[in-house]
Amino acid sequence: MLAVITPLMRIIEIPMLALQRLLGINRLAWAFLLPNLILFGLFAFLPVILNVFYATSGSDNVLLQNRPFVGGQNFGQLLDCGNYIDANSCREDKFWRAVWNTVTFVTLQAGFMVGFALLTAVILNGRIRARGFFRSVFFFPVLLSPVVVALIWKWILQREGVLNAFLDWTGLGGINWLVDAQWAFGWSVFISVWAHMGFYTLILLAGLQAIPRDVYEAATMDGASGWRTFRRITLPLLAPTMLVVLVLALIRGVQTFDEIYAFTGGGPGTATTFIIQYIYERGFAGAPRLFGLAAAASLLVAGVLVVLTLAQLWANRRNVDG
Amino acid sequence: MRQTILRTTALAAGLGMTAGAAMAQDIRFQCYSDGNECEVYDDLLSRFEAENQGVNITVDVVPYQAILENLPVQLAAGNGPDMAKVTDLGGLNQYYLDLAPYIDTAAWDEAFGNTLDWYRAGDRQGYYGLHTQLTITGGFVNATLFEQAGVEMPGEGATWDDWATATKAVAEATDADFPMAVDRSGHRVAGPAISYGAKFLDAEGKGTFDGFKPFAEQFVAWNEDGTMARDVWASQGGATYADAAQEFINGEVVLYYSGSWQVARLDEQVGDFFDWKVIGSPCGPTGECTGMPGGAGIVGFEQTEHPELVAKIIDFLAQKDIYAEAAARTRNLPAHQGVAAEGVTFEDVTPAAQEALSAFAADLKNVSPTAFAYQGYAGNRAMFGITVERLSQAIVGELTVDDAMTRMEDDLKAAAEGSQ
Amino acid sequence: MADRSGVTGFLTATRGRGRLHWTDWVSYGYLFLGVFLMFGPVVWLVLSSFKDQNELDRFPPRFLPYAQEVLTVPGYDDPLPAFTVTEGDLAGQVVGQTRRAAGRAEVVSPDAPEDRVRLTTDMLQPVEGVAFATDNYTQLFARFDFLRYFWNSTFITIAATVIMLLVNAMAAFALSKYQFRGRNAVLLIVIGTLMIPQTVVLVPLFLIVTKLGMFNSLWGVIIPGAATPTGVFLLRQYMITIPDEILDAARMDKASEWKIFWRIILPLSAPAIAVLAILAIMWRWNDFLWPLIVLTRTENFTLQLALNSFQGELQTDWPSLLAMTVLTLLPIAAVFMFLQKYIATGIASTGGK
Repeated sequence: MLAVITPLMRIIEIPMLALQRLLGINRLAWAFLLPNLILFGLFAFLPVILNVFYATSGSDNVLLQNRPFVGGQNFGQLLDCGNYIDANSCREDKFWRAVWNTVTFVTLQAGFMVGFALLTAVILNGRIRARGFFRSVFFFPVLLSPVVVALIWKWILQREGVLNAFLDWTGLGGINWLVDAQWAFGWSVFISVWAHMGFYTLILLAGLQAIPRDVYEAATMDGASGWRTFRRITLPLLAPTMLVVLVLALIRGVQTFDEIYAFTGGGPGTATTFIIQYIYERGFAGAPRLFGLAAAASLLVAGVLVVLTLAQLWANRRNVDG
Repeated sequence: MRQTILRTTALAAGLGMTAGAAMAQDIRFQCYSDGNECEVYDDLLSRFEAENQGVNITVDVVPYQAILENLPVQLAAGNGPDMAKVTDLGGLNQYYLDLAPYIDTAAWDEAFGNTLDWYRAGDRQGYYGLHTQLTITGGFVNATLFEQAGVEMPGEGATWDDWATATKAVAEATDADFPMAVDRSGHRVAGPAISYGAKFLDAEGKGTFDGFKPFAEQFVAWNEDGTMARDVWASQGGATYADAAQEFINGEVVLYYSGSWQVARLDEQVGDFFDWKVIGSPCGPTGECTGMPGGAGIVGFEQTEHPELVAKIIDFLAQKDIYAEAAARTRNLPAHQGVAAEGVTFEDVTPAAQEALSAFAADLKNVSPTAFAYQGYAGNRAMFGITVERLSQAIVGELTVDDAMTRMEDDLKAAAEGSQ
Repeated sequence: MADRSGVTGFLTATRGRGRLHWTDWVSYGYLFLGVFLMFGPVVWLVLSSFKDQNELDRFPPRFLPYAQEVLTVPGYDDPLPAFTVTEGDLAGQVVGQTRRAAGRAEVVSPDAPEDRVRLTTDMLQPVEGVAFATDNYTQLFARFDFLRYFWNSTFITIAATVIMLLVNAMAAFALSKYQFRGRNAVLLIVIGTLMIPQTVVLVPLFLIVTKLGMFNSLWGVIIPGAATPTGVFLLRQYMITIPDEILDAARMDKASEWKIFWRIILPLSAPAIAVLAILAIMWRWNDFLWPLIVLTRTENFTLQLALNSFQGELQTDWPSLLAMTVLTLLPIAAVFMFLQKYIATGIASTGGK
């Protein structure tokens, strides 16, 4: 590995050094940013801009030049609602069902996710035997593709699946988990946490590893209790990482799609239909493909997310820059 | 040959451009498999390659999802393959290559008169698709359960009501969990719905849900009172497809309404666990006893650089002997009327399965013209989706049947506006 | 020592050696529950990949793969399915079934092959034994060019990961260690693009990639895949915790900024980079929706695409799909086992601050 990387880095150093002489140290930042900005611009930012054009045009044509401009009509259709709380009163009832489902889902999912990820990371960071093994175990579900995650849990939860077979055996009697809206929703939260917790645990673990050991030793010398050490030392020092985890958990929670789509298809009814599924079905999987409506919905969601994230970052400002 | 393709592609990939025009006679056939279809076509087409030097046909086996969701986008962007096996027959019409200049249209009319229309839409009335996989929906009954229960099986001409009563009696007398089950698909319920009076197409040939309500009410009621396996429709959302084959194979369903494509699977998996039988489609209050035809076919695309060659390849597959061999090997009902008239001896199936497939083929005569027209309607995929979504919502109680009907009409209107 | 309450307190790596505290028991309990919950389903997946279609469809499911045993009876060309007779004259005997229809079966006993006995089917109990359907795996290699797909997946994964790590680390370095105008704006854009998942921009992204001539090219998957904002955000937050004094000291020694980046910042960020590397590898390896639209030619297919081509409109070949899933899982599991140890050998243990 290193044999390849070292010469590569040396080669890049030559133009970077020249740039450093030319620009000075602080403006060199742009040179560091440039490759990323190009990639982002083309493959992350430009699609969003194009989405604005899709959102303001109609028809099921894929090519932008063939789509008639319709102004805010798509947004109007999404927001045409008698009462935003009651999806049945809205023109796009599925959109609003998906919105409210997503709100509930994210609140529950992000809470459990961060809580369990932190607990697991802290335990894994402790003095335990076979740490590598346990770390691998908790991360393992993250390696599974969403379709597989859904498949496994379908086997377990279907009417005559593994769990019900077990419950029958214990005499408790099974429940038809996937036909009941509440249970299906609850299991969706569980599966989502199950499948992604390892991801956040790993990030937190890396953050915990970064906390110098002598800080703890000093705390122990002072006779601080474990809980106190955790609250006074671990948590504050972990703050930047916690922020990443919180922001990512919320954003990715809102973006939940693949595994739940493969797991319940959004059912029963629309009980586990989330916002990305709505967009995907409207713009891609369904017929006809209403790209405009889908793009408008994606922009609305992105807008709300940006505001929420900024609020979160602002609230954590001191921690971030600290 | 293979080496050449790889090298061309590697080179093209290296230069960051798409391969394609590199070889003069390189044909790309995008195929998806429900069983062994793509393997069989690959084999049959190798004969074509042997007869036509310099032609290289590559069968790209893709997930069905790619055909359904991605192919239309690729076609719109001008990046489609030369030919493909598709199911959204009328929906993709605008991209089809008209084979008429290259084929014997009279022979095609005679052989495929029933299905050619399915590939047509609007003013594009040419010869586009070779229907390779004809399916028809219909019911499978677990005969062993009937025998165990000592209930007499309803005979020819029995209605859905008769079957509901009989299967309920059977389920009560045996271990079976569900009297009936229907696949979660708008296509599957279309036949029964027509038997209950659904029109699906109005006088101008536009989609409508007029007359769908009687079936919707009955279907929801059956799901509520346990006559239908509620799991199939209620445990999924959106327009997701779900079948009840697993339940039927495990002997938990008395009557399973699905279609001819399940025969091979049931034949293989039920084995001698119980005896099953094909009953065609029960009748509705209107006196119709219709199933729904359907299936997949092979089409060429206008974007191809070798229109004549593509047409020649498709015509090759349409030849009677080749078509018959494909039908036998893939265990699909033939859409070729000449082949159908002579009957097909399917490969690798038990006598029971052969009989079941023949029963389905025979049921084609009961299919109502409405069902044929609906199958040929370019906007039917949208209507299938709407049916599934709204009916499921009614079944799980998110909407009343009346609200669901109103929503279906609204969705249909929005779809029509959106696709203009 | 002060009293220790709570699992967390005990496990902040501060406690000296000694006998097991009750919190140890709690945490080991938690870990073993985790093993069961996290790993159990995966074990189930692996076992299922050795089941045939019948066993997969079976209600209720069984842990190990079973298959009906067969009997070779003289006089019959094919082996017969074996049953145990539960009642009647032959009760307790193992017989081979020759025919079955409408609730009745004809069986022969291997001891008396000529003697065909008719029974009702409820008197027969299938004889089953554990049988791993290794066919599921061997078929895969016969059916398609597994190595080619493996190579495509590997190439995409490695190229996209390397590009992403380098580009993201550079950007994160700039955003965490330099004060320049526009920094917040860039950070905002990075975070903004986090909000849009690829799923909702499939169509515009597809058009862009097509315009750039990357349709049906592996680079069409690699390059857009490398433009993931998560990495920038994650690395930046980590690099912030690296003290500025280290950089200042290096600048005193006349080290170039690039040298500071790859000699100091990169090694010190090893745990976060390892995390990101694992994630990037996993994302690209499991990527499905995007390759599905960009790659349509068999010779460009990745493992995930080949795996999903077992899904038809009406039927899915589950045994092959599961076997393929397990095979696809192995390399990435191995990579993870290898990389995970770098997470632990970060700043804390290398002695840096």
